[in-house]
Amino acid sequence: MKILVPVKQVPDTATQVKVAGDGRRIETAGITWIVSPYDEFALEEALRIKEKRGEGEVVAVTLGPERAKEALRTCLAMGADRAIHLLDPLWEQADTLAVSRALAGVVKQEGPQLVLAGRQAIDDDMGAVGAQVAEFLGWPCASWIMEATVSADGASVRVARQVEGGLEIFDIRLPCVLSAQKGLNEPRYPTLKGIMGAKKKEIKDVRAADLGLTADGLQLSVVRLESLPPRPPGRILSGEAAVAVKELVRALREDAKAI
Amino acid sequence: MTAAFWCIVEDDRAGRPKKVTAEVLGEATRLARQAGGQVEAVWLTDKATEDGLKQLAEWGAARVWLLEDPAFTPYRGEVWAPAVAELVGKETPRAIFGAVTSRQRELLARLAARLGVGLSADSVAFHLEDGELIATRPVYAGKLLSRAGWARTPWLATLRPNVFKGENPKPGASPQVERPPVAIATGRMALVERKEEVSMGLPELTEADIVVSGGRGLKGPENFSVLEELAKVLGAAVGASRAAVDAGWRPHRFQIGQTGRTISPKLYLGFGISGAIQHLAGMRTSKIIVAVNKDPDAPIFKVADYGIVGDLFEVAPLLTHEFKRLLEK
Repeated sequence: MKILVPVKQVPDTATQVKVAGDGRRIETAGITWIVSPYDEFALEEALRIKEKRGEGEVVAVTLGPERAKEALRTCLAMGADRAIHLLDPLWEQADTLAVSRALAGVVKQEGPQLVLAGRQAIDDDMGAVGAQVAEFLGWPCASWIMEATVSADGASVRVARQVEGGLEIFDIRLPCVLSAQKGLNEPRYPTLKGIMGAKKKEIKDVRAADLGLTADGLQLSVVRLESLPPRPPGRILSGEAAVAVKELVRALREDAKAI
Repeated sequence: MTAAFWCIVEDDRAGRPKKVTAEVLGEATRLARQAGGQVEAVWLTDKATEDGLKQLAEWGAARVWLLEDPAFTPYRGEVWAPAVAELVGKETPRAIFGAVTSRQRELLARLAARLGVGLSADSVAFHLEDGELIATRPVYAGKLLSRAGWARTPWLATLRPNVFKGENPKPGASPQVERPPVAIATGRMALVERKEEVSMGLPELTEADIVVSGGRGLKGPENFSVLEELAKVLGAAVGASRAAVDAGWRPHRFQIGQTGRTISPKLYLGFGISGAIQHLAGMRTSKIIVAVNKDPDAPIFKVADYGIVGDLFEVAPLLTHEFKRLLEK
């Protein structure tokens, strides 16, 4: 079974981000980059499915600038068999829809039975790519999955989808797209052997023209990126706990009108 | 033709729209008023109720597009998206809004791909500039705000729950109900079962007006009972920090933060939570933030409106007691 795992390279959560001079993007100098955490859950699940079946291929794919190769190397070190880098000046300012279209193009070429994505990338938090790739392919999609079990014959997958108030268990005939929620698994760390082995694995560059894609105009464009307005300074209520609590309850009721 | 602002209905799976739909209709009403448009609800369900339809009218929907079919329950994007898209093709709405819920966040994404238009997910504000819609959404763990506009209509967006206000309900309003025929796609997903969460009688985390949340400072899973007592008095939901979830003290679905749920309650009370960036990402749009922590240097005090530096095991029961007294009055 071939499984495709789209990943995104994003700034580490703890990294300071600043708005760049153009006011529409972030300053990328000095940023520590990581693989978006939800993508690691997706990759881990793909590796486990392959290991359990004792056959198959896991292909990591990313769209991004040259530095995004680092994210692919991490995936290869974790155990992905090979990687595809969607690298083209046409995609430099790609919006979510353009990314989804490019990924769907790769899926058409590669023909996996399963696409396992993270529920969202933690930079722009759009959380749309998995569902959009499914839509472009005309495939079913289950988002925010907590469990996934591929049937012995490889024709379907049973998933648990997280919804308000519970889990919905579905049988889905493959091929399909799944998006991983935290709790699906505990991603492995790359071993030294994995890291060394990753250097020998293939990362193939793919351009828009290779997928038969041309420039599509941005459908959603960032007009301005702004720092968050600071919250007004808060009040520390000091003194005996009983006194502070009384004052807090009064303030919440009378000043903040929150109760 | 009047510009239609569509709102996808979120219901309780028993034929009644949920509160978050009032918020979406409220924001659509505000924008439609400025743009000279009309607000309409789109309801996909296996069975609507008369009360539910009336409720939508009272919340501001002039018209309800009712797509009623057993195939729409449970939600499957592969069945919902083509049905809504067919209606979009005929009616060409100016905007399609949904709420950030498990089904609508996926539906709007699929719909955007199907229609080839932009989507602003998890939006927290909108305004019109020269008749064009601009959406505001938090990005980079809520450290920045992004303002973005669409190349063309329909403008697709999901709205963060608890951020937008519903209009004052219009009692007695009744909607014009349309039941347009749509093709029902055959799906490849089949529901096996639904597993309900064990309810503790507390509201859903993302919908609650008040959220009480605990972190590493609770020292163990058994101590969450201290917060549950407080939550019961306040009618609040109980959440947890990543540290508490990763320690196995609470299930994942209760995690607030970048790798958990994003919430915007009217009142957030954090106990024994340091306030790491990844936690702030999930709660910094709360209206009032209260922090209780032993460490006066805990970063959560930087975003808190009110803080108590102290032992949560002393402060939380006192708060429970005080709130009980206040609310019993």
